[in-house]
Amino acid sequence: MSDSAKMTMIQAINSAHDVLLENDERVCAFGEDAGYFGGVFGCTQGLQEKHGKSRVFDTPINEAAIVAMAIGMAANGMRPIAEIQFADYIFPGFDQIVSELSRLRFRTAGQFTAPLVLRTPCGGGIYGGQTHSMSPESFFTHIPGIKVAMPSNPYDAKGMLIAASESEDPVLMFEPKRLYNGPFDGDPHKPALSWSKHEKGEVPTGHYTVPLGKADIVRKGDALSVVAYGTMVHVALASARLAGIDAEIIDLRTLVPYDMETIAKSVNKTGRCVVLHEAPRTGGFGAELIAQIQEDCFYALEAPVKRVTGWDTPYPHAFEWQYFPGQERVTRAMIETLEA
Amino acid sequence: MTHAPSSNTLGFIVPEPAARPGDTPDFSSIGLKLDSPAPRPDPMCPASDTHTLANSLVRVLNDEHEAQGEWNPGLSAKDLRKGLHIMLKTRLYDVRMFKLQRQGKLSFYMKSMGEEAVAAAAGMALRYEDMLFPSYRQQGLLFARDRDMVDMICHCLSNQRDNLKGRQLPVHYTWKEGNFFSISGNLGTQFPQAVGWAMASAARGEDTVTASWIGDGTTAEGDFHGACTLASVYNAPVILNVVNNQWAISSFSGIAGGNNATFAAKAIGYGLPCLRVDGNDFLAVYAATGWAAERARAGHGATLIETVTYRADAHSTSDDPSRYRPKEEAAAWPLGDPIERLKNHLINLGEWDESRHEALTEALTKEVQANYKKAESYGTLREGPHAPVSSMFEDVYAEQPWHLRRQRQDLGV
Repeated sequence: MSDSAKMTMIQAINSAHDVLLENDERVCAFGEDAGYFGGVFGCTQGLQEKHGKSRVFDTPINEAAIVAMAIGMAANGMRPIAEIQFADYIFPGFDQIVSELSRLRFRTAGQFTAPLVLRTPCGGGIYGGQTHSMSPESFFTHIPGIKVAMPSNPYDAKGMLIAASESEDPVLMFEPKRLYNGPFDGDPHKPALSWSKHEKGEVPTGHYTVPLGKADIVRKGDALSVVAYGTMVHVALASARLAGIDAEIIDLRTLVPYDMETIAKSVNKTGRCVVLHEAPRTGGFGAELIAQIQEDCFYALEAPVKRVTGWDTPYPHAFEWQYFPGQERVTRAMIETLEA
Repeated sequence: MTHAPSSNTLGFIVPEPAARPGDTPDFSSIGLKLDSPAPRPDPMCPASDTHTLANSLVRVLNDEHEAQGEWNPGLSAKDLRKGLHIMLKTRLYDVRMFKLQRQGKLSFYMKSMGEEAVAAAAGMALRYEDMLFPSYRQQGLLFARDRDMVDMICHCLSNQRDNLKGRQLPVHYTWKEGNFFSISGNLGTQFPQAVGWAMASAARGEDTVTASWIGDGTTAEGDFHGACTLASVYNAPVILNVVNNQWAISSFSGIAGGNNATFAAKAIGYGLPCLRVDGNDFLAVYAATGWAAERARAGHGATLIETVTYRADAHSTSDDPSRYRPKEEAAAWPLGDPIERLKNHLINLGEWDESRHEALTEALTKEVQANYKKAESYGTLREGPHAPVSSMFEDVYAEQPWHLRRQRQDLGV
């Protein structure tokens, strides 16, 4: 058994890079400010010094070029991990992701592939305003050919990043930035918690993987199922605990392909379900989940499946906590679903 | 080249080509200095030493069909005939495939008529292990690398032998064994990818070069800027070719900014070396590509090459050029026809003659026809046989996930 250490999500992501760079000479990491400085959140801090400038380096401020360069490198035998500084900034690279990255294997009938990882911090809760708070995952879950993941804790973040880099498919990993330094349960008035006291903050220092496509039941329960990912996993846990609801809480972890088997098993057991995400409601990933839940679990359902999401507005700077789907809204939805 | 606003009233300018249908063709504004050919700097020179070349023209074949000047690559008669063979094969292949589209055998086609030298000469100047990121008018690269024509046609027919399993439009070839990347069909997206590919080769210490091609119109895309920035910043061993064929479907090169500066001149701001080349001069394209490849292989990084040529036919089978430019424009193009020029040069050298040319034309025409027959025996787009329908759900991911398995079952395949 390998050693473990207390890590924040940032340290866990950094450690995943370190392990990958150490184990596989094809791996390289780059992004805006990701080299010498180690990234604006520090996810690649110290790695250039340790692994050299040709393996961990800064890029020009051009997300399309970052994604394109990664595609070219990956097609030519490397395993790039590219950081997009904020998920809000990923859109200049959208064309490269939609039209090129996702289709390369298909378009070439498997002759060329681009096994690479794009990582990007997402979500609100740090007063980032409309340009540093987005959860744009559903723009990407609609693209055949890429995998989309969002870990909710240090242990998963490291294991999933290693799995992503070792995957033969391109993987887009959203990292909820509000979770970088501690588990955030949706209550902004409480003192910040530390990962050091959380069981998922205990992270092996060496190599391990958390498989993509597998959800994690973070709380077993019989009253209703809650499907969440990212920050909303912690909001769900706190809401259920405080309201004394015996919820079964599923941390989806991977959005494409999502673990419908685990969801269906749970919903068929509880007969009730609430789906959570921080992203806006209309056309959000919750719509996909609910559509599939009603197709697969309709006859087991005792109540309509509810969604708790961000509003269909841009993320407002001053009204962050009115926008964020916090404990009160989550609790209310759970109670309404139980009482329906 | 610079056009001052034509009136002193405020407003914006929508550039217009010198001639539209019914007008007399006029290429005087393109700035082709045919009398003062570009000098040849040392391939290891500082990039800035090439910047005066942005407004001149690298030329080897003069109007008397003689090879002259510092850029003359001194090719053997055998290689010259090989170049002629590749260009003529490309043209006859295109002619036949275009006709087949008109007969309903193909859904779509794009010819490289008039600009065959761009791909043929570059294909010969590069090494086989050099990586190619072409656009859709460089089928000559495939002929330069001796790709099986039957395989090419099978791709265009999307039949059961199509190496892309019926997933791509005709002409959008992929050929990994030939170090030929996949043509996506989106414009410019592959320019910065080529830089990434080149960086990976360099990281492994390989001395291979990567070359990519886009058109004049595509230089307006952000990916052009991205590619030039990356190539310059990381000193990548890549050749970035801008094929200025004057027309982007119906938009003349001025709509991409070509009236205000040459496309080669765009290199200056990136600190990249540039060459502006007579793209209908096989020897000039060969020499310029060789110059850039030698430079890149020696670790001196990327070069931007503008090949000045003319798209002598429609953009594709979907447009009619007589609706946006004079019918006589191709014939009036001052740089002539690349095949005629190389042919006349060989004749000048006493290494070719009209009867041999006719015989070659006849032999290649027959070869294309025979290859088409053979390709057709593997199926056609409309009638098949194709790859199995179930293959549509493959290669989206390395392994088929549950949702695609379900969707395949929904379709009943």
